[in-house]
Amino acid sequence: MLKVFETIGCYVLLMQKVFTRPQKRQIFWNQLFVEFQSLGLESLGIVAFISMFMGAVVAIQTAYNIDSPLIPMSMVGFTVRQSVILEFSPTVIGLILAGKVGSRIASEIGTMRVTEQIDALEIMGVNSANYLIFPKIVASILINPLLIIISMWLGILGGWIAMIATGLVSTNDFISGIRIDFEGYTIFYALTKTVFFAFIISSISGFFGYETRGGALEVGQASTRAVVVSSIVIILFNLVLTQLLLT
Amino acid sequence: MIEAQHINKYFGDNHVLKNIDCRFEKGKTNLIIGQSGSGKTVLMKCLVGLFEVDSGTVSYDDRNFTTMNFTQRKHLRQEIGMLFQGGALFDSMNVEENVMFPLNMFTEQSIEEKKERVNFVLKRVNLENVNLLMTSELSGGMRKRVAIARAIAMNPAYLFCDEPNSGLDPQTAGVIDHLIGEITQEYNITTIVNTHDMNSVLSIGDSVAFIFRGELWWKGDKEDILHTENQELNDFVFGTELTSRLKK
Repeated sequence: MLKVFETIGCYVLLMQKVFTRPQKRQIFWNQLFVEFQSLGLESLGIVAFISMFMGAVVAIQTAYNIDSPLIPMSMVGFTVRQSVILEFSPTVIGLILAGKVGSRIASEIGTMRVTEQIDALEIMGVNSANYLIFPKIVASILINPLLIIISMWLGILGGWIAMIATGLVSTNDFISGIRIDFEGYTIFYALTKTVFFAFIISSISGFFGYETRGGALEVGQASTRAVVVSSIVIILFNLVLTQLLLT
Repeated sequence: MIEAQHINKYFGDNHVLKNIDCRFEKGKTNLIIGQSGSGKTVLMKCLVGLFEVDSGTVSYDDRNFTTMNFTQRKHLRQEIGMLFQGGALFDSMNVEENVMFPLNMFTEQSIEEKKERVNFVLKRVNLENVNLLMTSELSGGMRKRVAIARAIAMNPAYLFCDEPNSGLDPQTAGVIDHLIGEITQEYNITTIVNTHDMNSVLSIGDSVAFIFRGELWWKGDKEDILHTENQELNDFVFGTELTSRLKK
């Protein structure tokens, strides 16, 4: 238990070093665009793939489980929309990104640590925590909502394509379903969660990478720890944020 | 000049550095020698502040480094260049970007001025037309030379080299040694080199400190070391088959 508090303390101290003014604004902007590319655009493929299939599966399962003639088939569209926007896109994609982006951040920074590249930055007088982690956090916070919006759109599209392909629900029913009782607040809720999750993924992974000591084995362990801890924290915050934002 | 006074460093119960008192002179190549695990690298990391000392002080030209805050240290470190054992070049950058990195970070020079400086320091370490190579494309000796170029790009007042010859063949190691010696005299900087290579000691050791089990055991220069009566130092210096035969 003491170890957990010690780790949280180290994390807070590192964040104090991370959230300072960048040494040079131009270098920060350059780093930020590199991170947009590596953390955002390079995740687009996996996000698109998972979202389409997720939406399709939700639609097929819902359609097959509507037995009662009293429930209109438009409920399939409604269910797909609600599931994808409220939970699947922000949380499940958040967990996927924790695996993909989190392991990348932890292994990249961890390798820099064990090969003394971080020491080299420190010796030059560079705030290495700020230089390495801050652009990743900012990039994640800015790019992840965009990924999640794309994921929502593709999830619903996937559901619609599945319904057309299987013939279970007509396009008219599906479209009218996704328009029933739509509240813009659900998008706000999903994007708020996404911003929190983006911060969790990038900061926790950055922390575990930065604190790596040893060699290649420890880099692998740090990467695994980053993914596991980020995922656990995402699940915990999902509950807390849902309680706070939807009640 | 860099001065270490009564430095003690512990890792848990392990007393790694024991009351080290040492002065490293300006314009000289100051060598720290000792067996693996004797505390050389820890001493160097304490001198540059990568490890905090548990007691004692480190001064850079009478500026007490130990009591400096984060910002003061950051400013002082811009006067320090360091060559790490593995080079510590940034993998994601090419040679030119690596050498230009401190210039980008701390100067307001134009891109032309920075390129001119990069080419100058690369030429100084006998490297030309390698600007666009990635670090993974470089040999061990080239990596070390690029690292030296990066370390001297900002005209440092202090240069630290942690085992600059490790992993290099004797000829390339000699080239690196001479380069470090020449740069030290040319720019009149305070250079500290960690090594256990006796060739380095005999070629550039203006001042030599022998660390044994965390203590400063002996201090002298490259001439004194061949005639010392110190048993532990003799065991270290003449510990190999080649050197023991030469002694006989």
